Amino acid sequence: MTATQIQSPRSGKDGNGRPGAGLIAPKYRRSGASKGNFEMAAWLFMRLSGVVLVVLIFGHLFVNLLVGEGIHAIDFGFVAGKWADPFWQFWDLAMLWLAMLHGTNGVRTIINDYAEKDSTRFWLKIVLYAATAVIIILGTLVIFTFNPCPLDVNGIPLPGGFCPAA
Amino acid sequence: MPTKPAGTLYRGREGMWSWVGHRITGVVIFFFLLVHVLDTSLVRVSPEAYTAVIGAYKNPLMALGETGLVAAIVFHAFNGLRIIAVDFWKKGAKYQRQMLWTVLVLWVIVMVGFSIRHLSLALGGH
Repeated sequence: MTATQIQSPRSGKDGNGRPGAGLIAPKYRRSGASKGNFEMAAWLFMRLSGVVLVVLIFGHLFVNLLVGEGIHAIDFGFVAGKWADPFWQFWDLAMLWLAMLHGTNGVRTIINDYAEKDSTRFWLKIVLYAATAVIIILGTLVIFTFNPCPLDVNGIPLPGGFCPAA
Repeated sequence: MPTKPAGTLYRGREGMWSWVGHRITGVVIFFFLLVHVLDTSLVRVSPEAYTAVIGAYKNPLMALGETGLVAAIVFHAFNGLRIIAVDFWKKGAKYQRQMLWTVLVLWVIVMVGFSIRHLSLALGGH
């Protein structure tokens, strides 16, 4: 019987994915962390936001897909009806921010796990953070600048909008 | 030839597979979320643009896709609560296996209910 070969841990590879350099493992110390408490705060955030997101997303799916006509009721008027109420504006805003930050931190963890080269990790995370910033800013602006009666360039109401009777 | 490592408490067991499932469903949900914020943003373009794009979610093939997406969300949600219990409940680690089977049973129950309701609405006459 051959002895089981035990591979050196991936964390022992150097920043370019070459094994044996032992960049991380020998330097690892529980004390004197240089990153402060960021990783612990991120760990806690995943759990706290996760609980809140279960409530927000289950509520979102129930109201949008299971009540009344379900998905067939969703159109511009449906969105206008919901965002006329600050309750649903705040609901969707909280869902947007928490879900994006929760998802971004999850993907950040996956990038750290699988991308072995320092430069690959760096650029993947740059792309991730840029996408996150765009989506959060865009979504927030959409919720707060929503107009149930949008006008065209000539000031004529666009078809399908909900305008007060003149 | 190296022999296959003997089973461990983790490798190839419930703990590992729930971790794999949590990662895969998490990535799927994240990419849908990016698309979903973009499609919703069309309400700022015009009512007709939004209603046209949201119309794409209403065909039978997409109804199956939505059911798959909700299946991913419900698993991620219930398994996430299990992870919290493993981390914060004194007996969490001891009962993690039983909690995974509880997650799967609840997941099946919720998904049977959701699928019946959503598919009958989405595929029903309109």
